[in-house]
Amino acid sequence: MSAATIVSLPDQSTARIPKMNFLTKENGLLSWLLTGDHKRIATLYLISISFFFFVGGSLAGLIRLELLTPQTSLMAADTYNKVFTMHGVIMVFLFLVPSVPATIGNFVIPMMVGARDLALPKINLLSWYLYIIAGFMVIYTMAAGGVDTGWTFTSPLSTHYLNTHVISTGLAIFVAGFSSIFTGLNFIVTIHKMRAPGMTWFRLPLFVWSNYAASILMVLGTPVLAITLVLVVLERTVHIGVFDPAYGGDPILFQHLFWFYSHPAVYIMILPGMGVISEVVSTFSRKRVFGYTAVAFSSVAIAVFGFFVWAHHMFIMGISNYAALVFSLLTMLVAVPSAIKIFNWAFTLYKGSITFETPMLYAFGFMGLFTIGGMTGVFLGATGTDIHLTETYFIVAHFHFVMVGGMLMAFLSGIHFWWPKWTGRMYPEKISQLAAIVTFIGFNFTFFPQFILGTLGMPRRYAAYPPEFQALNVFSTAGATILGVGYLLPILYLTWSLRYGAVAGNNPWQATGLEWQTQSPPLTENFPEIPIVDHEAYDYEWLERQQEKEVASVG
Amino acid sequence: MSEQNQPKEHDQEHHIVSPVTYGAILLALLIFTGLTVWASYIDLGAWQIAPGLTLFWNPVVALAIACTKMTLVVLFFMHVKYSRKLTKLTVASGFFVFIVLIGMTMTDYFTRAWGRW
Amino acid sequence: MSDSTSTANGAVVEVHHEHPPYQRHHFESVDQQFDATNFAMWLFLLTEIMFFGGLFTSYLIMRNWYYPAFVEASHQLNIGWGTANTAVLIVSSFTMAMGVWSAEMRKKGMLILFLSLTWLLGMAFLGIKSIEYTEKWEKFHVPGLHWSDSSFLNPASDPEVYSEYHDKPLAPDMAAKTEMYFFLYFAMTGMHALHMIIGISILTFMIIRARQGAYTTGHVTYVENFGLYWHFVDIVWIFLFPLLYLISRY
Ligand SMILES: [Cu+2]
Repeated sequence: MSAATIVSLPDQSTARIPKMNFLTKENGLLSWLLTGDHKRIATLYLISISFFFFVGGSLAGLIRLELLTPQTSLMAADTYNKVFTMHGVIMVFLFLVPSVPATIGNFVIPMMVGARDLALPKINLLSWYLYIIAGFMVIYTMAAGGVDTGWTFTSPLSTHYLNTHVISTGLAIFVAGFSSIFTGLNFIVTIHKMRAPGMTWFRLPLFVWSNYAASILMVLGTPVLAITLVLVVLERTVHIGVFDPAYGGDPILFQHLFWFYSHPAVYIMILPGMGVISEVVSTFSRKRVFGYTAVAFSSVAIAVFGFFVWAHHMFIMGISNYAALVFSLLTMLVAVPSAIKIFNWAFTLYKGSITFETPMLYAFGFMGLFTIGGMTGVFLGATGTDIHLTETYFIVAHFHFVMVGGMLMAFLSGIHFWWPKWTGRMYPEKISQLAAIVTFIGFNFTFFPQFILGTLGMPRRYAAYPPEFQALNVFSTAGATILGVGYLLPILYLTWSLRYGAVAGNNPWQATGLEWQTQSPPLTENFPEIPIVDHEAYDYEWLERQQEKEVASVG
Repeated sequence: MSEQNQPKEHDQEHHIVSPVTYGAILLALLIFTGLTVWASYIDLGAWQIAPGLTLFWNPVVALAIACTKMTLVVLFFMHVKYSRKLTKLTVASGFFVFIVLIGMTMTDYFTRAWGRW
Repeated sequence: MSDSTSTANGAVVEVHHEHPPYQRHHFESVDQQFDATNFAMWLFLLTEIMFFGGLFTSYLIMRNWYYPAFVEASHQLNIGWGTANTAVLIVSSFTMAMGVWSAEMRKKGMLILFLSLTWLLGMAFLGIKSIEYTEKWEKFHVPGLHWSDSSFLNPASDPEVYSEYHDKPLAPDMAAKTEMYFFLYFAMTGMHALHMIIGISILTFMIIRARQGAYTTGHVTYVENFGLYWHFVDIVWIFLFPLLYLISRY
């Protein structure tokens, strides 16, 4: 790794964190719990989702430990079922869905569009409270004995056969769903109505575009999940309903309604991550994102196509051959906009002056792992291969490559990228680069063997497996240990940096977004006065001219 | 209602619809309600499209009238006729995704009867 | 609450040009605030469309599967009450639209009158609905709680409905599916009634505020957005009425 860096920090002997900023503005617990400030709400969200990430992560650790040996040695099979279900529920609904939008998005989108706040601050706060209520309901469920349907709540398993806490989990997800709807709704309104003068749609950073696309999915998809869960809960309470075949219902109807949300949900999770990567790749190669318009529209295209492909989760469930054919073809179509993004990032790197700060390392991790995750998705979208691979560890590996290899990498990339803006201090560079590399290695050790296990036919969701699969499972568990270290490190050094990190100054990365043209941490109002935008996104020459002007005026 | 040549867009947003229009819409809605109840008491017959696939006209007429009523409410009571493009687009996208949900789900159910190829 | 205080003790002393008290400080102008909240309301209604969308999909599929059961079960609904309720709701939509108009014209008395009328009509709708629900309870047509399919195994046992439709007895397995119809009937009308109850609660609050003159000083956003919600609930009923009551007569 070369020593080249773009980091430019102020003189540390004189630099201070600005006394007046959004963190110091008001004190006391109430000033946080009743805040309307999007940056404070983002901070609350960051703390809460980190907590649930570590709860879900510990459950993942238990799963991998159990799978170390072919027998059910650590826990009984039904406990194992509960553990992987709670892992899925927590990671999907309490971590991945709100991860980038509700934390980073909440923090930077108003600044990126040049507004003082999101359009509806109180709705934003309400969204966090709903999230917290949902979180408590999930914790209650765990304390009361858990649920073992899998995060998909497949009927009739969830409506007929099981006597675990389906109702409290279902209602928790219902509430979490509305939290996510309100976040998405707020973003759409803000992006449409709160842009600063001169900030046209095609001057918006690509992070805003991708969050906009994800927000559309949140607003239009999530309510279908909500009503589906209401019907499941009703079916369990009154013992009549539309899903359970014993009552004359159709379990495939449940699948249709569930995946109508849960396929777009995959894009709710990944699109904001893609936005982070666009910002990071551009900043650390000092180039405008190649094919800005194509990348912007590919986000919208992913959102639109996302509504037409859900039945690819149901190829083996008895849907008609003709529907399977159509859904399979449409699924292939979604690969196109995702590939557009990957190719455009690659072209952005081409002849750029690349530096390898931590956010960029995570971004590289994202690009590699997401590509593998996405490509294997095409295997699964093909009806023939799907029949062999579905419900095996191939699926598990596929979506962990997209969700952990893709989204979590993007989340960490973004957290490191905007950390100086958020806290006013730098994280320690060397150890964080180490963490990024450890994460990447640990990730591949954990999940690559699962592709092989899947093609060999090891089914998912079982606590025990035939002994010939043990070697690869040991690999996977060992990798998970490394991965765990990779995730613990940031918690430690980021906390350390809150106090001891170098003072970052306004724009340590020399980035062009409006959020970097204000103090770090920002004022509660974001900008002393609303900026007037007269340059395109990622215009590094504009930034240089701007800095020359400042030097001239100071001199 | 006919001042369509407003220079600034937000003037249209605050367009005030006259009570006369509201009254006319109310009357139309009530007439359509009567019409749909009346139509439901008449056997409108059916159209045998193919063996095993029959289209009954009663539900078609009932839903067509419901759609007309909805259009009146959306355009006038909810002011969409006088709103800016963004609002119109929002309404349209809502119905589009609603149709996708029902339509794409139905493609599965209706083609199951075709069996295997 | 925090919005108004944060400008007061902010570090940056900013000379705000005069703006009305209802403009919140993170908006640049009243127009922007109106546009933003109005657009947000529409997006929320999109959410509502999809929320009911799941119910409509279930209803359509189940009706296709168990057509005879759905036809005979729907004969149990009283078209008279259904029509009356449709009319009540449509008129309430009209009074709501007139409420918005009064707020725009800054006529306080008219606003209170029309909001109160809307409130009354909403209550009337719920009253009629509860008469219907009571009848379902008495006839053992509440799925899961108070249920018997005897009126479909032996339609003649219910002379009032039988004299009008002359339904044939259903086979026991099909007669059991009428419970599905009533499940969906209660789920859909119940969800709709829940929206009505929420609407009426907000209306109560709005009538109190209107009496204090809150909406007749040019700040019509709240009334206007509530109107959108109320009309949306009306539209849901406009579809529920034919789907549940009417289309199975022939
Ligand atoms: Cu999918």
